[in-house]
Amino acid sequence: MAELTEQQRHEYWSYNLRLTAILLAIWFVVTYLISGLWAGALNEYSFLGFPLGYYMAAQGSLAIFVIEIAVYARLMNKKDLEFGIREEG
Amino acid sequence: MGLNKIFGLYTVGFLGVTILIGLAEKFLGLSNMWIGYLFMLLSLGIYILIGIITRTSEADQYYVAGRNVPAIYNGMATGSDWMSAASFISMAGALSAQGFAGLAYVMGWTGGYLLLAVLLGPYLRQFGAYTIPDFLGSRYGGNAARVTGVVAAITCSFTYLIAQVTGVGLIVSRFIGLDFNIGVFVGLIGVLFCSVLGGMKSVTWTQVAQYIILILSYLVPVVYLSWTIFGIPVPELTYGQLLQRNKISAIEITKDPQEKATRALWKAEADELNAKIKDPATPAADKEKMAAKAKAAAAQAKAPAASDDAKTDNYLTVPKGTGMWNFLALTFCLMVGTAGLPHILTRYYTTPSVRQARTSVGWSLFFIFLLYFTAPAYAAFAKFIVYTKLVGSKISELPSWVTLWKPAGLFDVVDKAKDGIVQYADFVIKSTDFVVLATPEIAGLPFVITGLVMAGGLAAALSTADGLLLTIANAISHDLYYNVINRQASLMKRLLITKVLLVVTALIAASVATFRLAIIVELVAWAFSLAAGAFFPALVMGIWWKRANKAGALAGMWAGFLMTMFYMIGSRFYGLSWFGTLTIASGVFGIPLGFLVIWVVSLLTEAPSKEVQDLVTSVRYPKTGQGVKGEVKFGGGTAAAR
Repeated sequence: MAELTEQQRHEYWSYNLRLTAILLAIWFVVTYLISGLWAGALNEYSFLGFPLGYYMAAQGSLAIFVIEIAVYARLMNKKDLEFGIREEG
Repeated sequence: MGLNKIFGLYTVGFLGVTILIGLAEKFLGLSNMWIGYLFMLLSLGIYILIGIITRTSEADQYYVAGRNVPAIYNGMATGSDWMSAASFISMAGALSAQGFAGLAYVMGWTGGYLLLAVLLGPYLRQFGAYTIPDFLGSRYGGNAARVTGVVAAITCSFTYLIAQVTGVGLIVSRFIGLDFNIGVFVGLIGVLFCSVLGGMKSVTWTQVAQYIILILSYLVPVVYLSWTIFGIPVPELTYGQLLQRNKISAIEITKDPQEKATRALWKAEADELNAKIKDPATPAADKEKMAAKAKAAAAQAKAPAASDDAKTDNYLTVPKGTGMWNFLALTFCLMVGTAGLPHILTRYYTTPSVRQARTSVGWSLFFIFLLYFTAPAYAAFAKFIVYTKLVGSKISELPSWVTLWKPAGLFDVVDKAKDGIVQYADFVIKSTDFVVLATPEIAGLPFVITGLVMAGGLAAALSTADGLLLTIANAISHDLYYNVINRQASLMKRLLITKVLLVVTALIAASVATFRLAIIVELVAWAFSLAAGAFFPALVMGIWWKRANKAGALAGMWAGFLMTMFYMIGSRFYGLSWFGTLTIASGVFGIPLGFLVIWVVSLLTEAPSKEVQDLVTSVRYPKTGQGVKGEVKFGGGTAAAR
């Protein structure tokens, strides 16, 4: 069983907190502002023939969620390795 | 043989059989009914076979599939566990009817996975319990939190289960003409074979097989449409142009004098009915029927754009004011509910490690995304076909799909103005499910594709039913019976109880489904708000705040649950309205209250023991905590259960 020093624990956890906060902030902006409150204004612009606001709510936001989770898994799994606490399997 | 090879062969084999059936239809004149039977028997046969092959009596296998399901397959299993009959059959239709406002479902049912990924999934895996009530019991200690979890889990899962069973009955009766009640029980055989024989292990691998069928059958018709109309087989890219064309059609229909005349006739009918309803001489028994008719007529009288000089149609218009508030509130409830539904959360217990749990949430959302990303396109293509192929055609020369599907009761075409031409207002949609169910034939595809869609819908309903059944049975047998009532029960006895409960729960759900209560569809939407209000705050606080204690969690769970329930019942039946919030978004009040109560009550009462606080800290670091290999010694349950 791997043991981390107090310093390492702090570093690992604050990295995780920062990452989590950034991802949730993006999630909030994409869902509630871009695809919600601002969608009407964004519909004035078009993207691939879609009104932009509609596009973001129907497709853009979904793609961003998938990417966000992939980034989270990748970065955290890398961090685990760096701190020697990655599990086998 | 490796898993990739097995499922690769399976996919190719399934497509091969589909093609064979297609050839038999073309050259041997195989009838629609036989195609329906073949698809049903074939898919049920596969699920039963997987159930038999993967049967098991080991606790770890039975409860958490041995914790060795690779991330990508766990992702597929979660995908079909998650996507129910509602996602598969109804969502595209709802989008086609509601336009922008319907996108709350698309975003809500995907965005919740981000919350799951960063706030819950990996930590729950690190904690290493068997069920969600198990986590609550171990984290907060004692039986009260566990039992509260059991009550909430059963409430949410059971309503959801009835809807799935109803979905199975509808699909079977619609496609092969079996009686609804018989259809329900036929479907149950498929579900029970898996869950009873091999618990989570069988359910997982069946769900993977079901995912493959459901995604293939969802994509084939709309990819084909995109290909024939635009020459590009990627509907997600091409439907933007359709939205533009649909917009022009909608604005034209709004202005067209004949359309206006037809709409005026509907309006007159609605007004007349409403006047009759107000008339005290009308018998009360007739009023309900009249109200439904008046509502339908009023819907027909509604133009697709707001006014004659509108620049955009209602479909693309972003709601404002209360409409926007409800859009945001509903999105929020669906997201948080997604992250709080026990049958989804348990799926992350089955991965081999925290690392794979993280990756697995990513794969889950990716596989779900494939369908949800396509649903708005499906809706746009269906609308396009109605605008271009149906509207303006002669009543005497209706396309064949109209006559073929009329008996199914999904839609109707009536010549309201008696002008011999189909106006948009003449197309009466009785159930928006027609979008997914009838699109293959609208596109001129052979019936074999409709059979494939049937198999997909069946897979979607059965896979979700599997997951829900297991959640309910485990909540009772593992959490209630074993952990609360009889700690001495042998594994044999517990598994036996689980199996009996699976059968009993399935039978109860099936019998309730045969009543065909109209409220069921509504209840499913409620389940999200309830799960969100009851579970989400206690789970998040339990993981992220070590000071959260038993009293806080208990008070918070009940507060969230009851607050949500209060607004639901109040707004649905007694005209309660806060900020004009819809019943379906009731969780928007329960969720914050749940968090607040946990916070306040926890601070007012004694802090949890150092042991618990250390445990909460330890789940932050994979491989280091005592949670990993099951040395959780307090609170009962987890350690001894292994």
